[in-house]
Amino acid sequence: MTAPAPVLALDNVSKVFGSKDKPVYAARSVSLALYPGRTLALVGESGSGKTTAARLIMREYRPDQGQLLFRGAPVGDGSLKAYRAAVQMVFQDPFSALNPAHTVRYHLERPLRLHQPDLGATARQAAVAELLERVKLDPALIAAKYPHELSGGQRQRISIARALAVNPAVIVADEPTSMLDVSVRLGILNLLNDMKSQLGLALLYITHDIATARYVAEDIMVMYAGQIVEWGDMDSVLGNPQHPYTRLLLSAVPDPDRRFGEGRPDDELSRIDVIRRQTALPQPEVRTIAANHFIRPMPA
Amino acid sequence: MNVLSIANLSIDYVGAESVFHAVKDVSFNIAPGEFFGLAGESGCGKSTIAFAISRLHRPPALIRTGSKILVDGRDVLELDDAELRSFRWREVAMVFQSAMNSLNPVLTIEAQFYDVLNTHLGLSRVQAKARAAELLRLVDISPDRLSAYPHQCSGGMRQRIVIAICLALNPKLLIMDEPTTALDVVVQREILQRIDTLRKELGFSVLFITHDLGLMVQVSDRIGIMLEGELVEVNDAQTIYRAPSHDYTKRLWASMPRLHGTPIRQEPAS
Ligand SMILES: Nc1ncnc2c1ncn2[C@@H]1O[C@H](COP(=O)(O)OP(=O)(O)OP(=O)(O)O)[C@@H](O)[C@H]1O
Ligand SMILES: Nc1ncnc2c1ncn2[C@@H]1O[C@H](COP(=O)(O)OP(=O)(O)OP(=O)(O)O)[C@@H](O)[C@H]1O
Ligand SMILES: [Mg+2]
Ligand SMILES: [Mg+2]
Repeated sequence: MTAPAPVLALDNVSKVFGSKDKPVYAARSVSLALYPGRTLALVGESGSGKTTAARLIMREYRPDQGQLLFRGAPVGDGSLKAYRAAVQMVFQDPFSALNPAHTVRYHLERPLRLHQPDLGATARQAAVAELLERVKLDPALIAAKYPHELSGGQRQRISIARALAVNPAVIVADEPTSMLDVSVRLGILNLLNDMKSQLGLALLYITHDIATARYVAEDIMVMYAGQIVEWGDMDSVLGNPQHPYTRLLLSAVPDPDRRFGEGRPDDELSRIDVIRRQTALPQPEVRTIAANHFIRPMPA
Repeated sequence: MNVLSIANLSIDYVGAESVFHAVKDVSFNIAPGEFFGLAGESGCGKSTIAFAISRLHRPPALIRTGSKILVDGRDVLELDDAELRSFRWREVAMVFQSAMNSLNPVLTIEAQFYDVLNTHLGLSRVQAKARAAELLRLVDISPDRLSAYPHQCSGGMRQRIVIAICLALNPKLLIMDEPTTALDVVVQREILQRIDTLRKELGFSVLFITHDLGLMVQVSDRIGIMLEGELVEVNDAQTIYRAPSHDYTKRLWASMPRLHGTPIRQEPAS
């Protein structure tokens, strides 16, 4: 069997912020690949570099090292316009992602105008309505509203609808449903799942919600301090987590059966400080756990 | 006496052509030291209530006559401008749903702490810096970050900084509208556990709005469930979880993704 080719990849990418004496390693030799019809979930510590990875993919940041590949070729300035249309991003913060001066209709018509210039006014209206319905919003109620007239979850759905408007090949979604109730969240994720299987969309799903990630993604990567510390097949990583940070993360997933302050704390939770200190060190070695399951073990 | 007492609260958004009833006749109380969770579908009116309690609602939001919001026995809707200034932060502090962009982008984190600490407590720059460092430690952020600007901090760091600022004046009621959406579960757990400990030590109450039902049950004493502007069920957290009475609450539990076993317990079609 020949492996399918990734549509988009980060190849050994590094990005450092801050000054020489106080560097912040936001990405340390990060490699990831997105495949048509597959979802990769990126989870990890707050501040570990997930949004930085997304911004590197969106070409908002230039990598200090490594490269960004689209359909196998490095993304250069010449090919940027086509790249920007093919790769869409849903931003982490829906409150700053939308322009306060414009209505919902405007936000959705703009990408349609750019990418389907032949569409007539009536057809465009219909396309806007269809996009809103896809994200479970009532066009009659919502299309004429301004961002400040929408709730947090409604704004998130507008961002998603906008990304869908241009039929992209890749969507990078940074916490796209964090402000949605579970039922709407599942609706949106099912929608993305359908697009994935029907249109061959490739999805990078950045999230803190591992239970939901399990529901939509085939692969998962766990990030800490700029490094991917464990990655591979979703069931294998969740079922047989090998890196201490992954175990820590899984043990902290909210569980309604265990009230705060009751019962015995997990091993991992009582070792938080040690795990954090160790995981922040560079971890160059890669160990294979299973066919599609790897970790960078903590230095002993 | 209750720290918060809401009675028959109705709030409309008044538009040119139509009126949208966002909150309909909602009543509930929060006792001193109590952790109260408020959940419900997106757009059901949770943030609208939070804004009204802090008196931060603005036109076209209109609170209907007959509505009552008492904080520590005082009628919030009657406060004049001078009273409001001391009411905010000292009585009620709110972490907004958009906390991650509610910081001033052109001021360092240190300057934002100074603003609040100087205005309300008259602290000097040196005093404010020391207090700010202490508050940041409470939310697990290194005091090194005091000299940073908001855009240099990740989404989750900004959320934690806002929580720290809200704790600065020991408010009686802390309102947190989705305060941890950008935090990983480890940090989220640490922060909420810390707030849980602090409220027990300092005695403040919490109104916690979230879509994470599992988390809500873990930290809340009581929970209210909203649907289309109405509060449809209020009970202690364990009852809401183990023996919900409203259909909507049951559906919420059924569609909650799980980490182990079947990803989702789907309800049989009704
Ligand atoms: N423009 C910038 N200038 C300086 N430092 C930055 C910049 N952007 C990000 N950083 C730093 O890089 C690190 C990674 O940030 P990033 O936003 O990628 O984290 P994240 O994983 O998305 O976190 P969260 O889950 O909290 O959103 C953080 O320490 C952050 O402070
Ligand atoms: N300024 C406004 N003008 C008109 N309608 C508004 C305005 N602000 C909010 N609304 C509407 O009022 C309803 C309640 O909004 P609110 O922000 O309180 O919801 P929420 O429960 O906090 O939702 P979420 O969980 O998505 O944040 C929504 O349907 C929203 O569209
Ligand atoms: Mg981020
Ligand atoms: Mg809200």
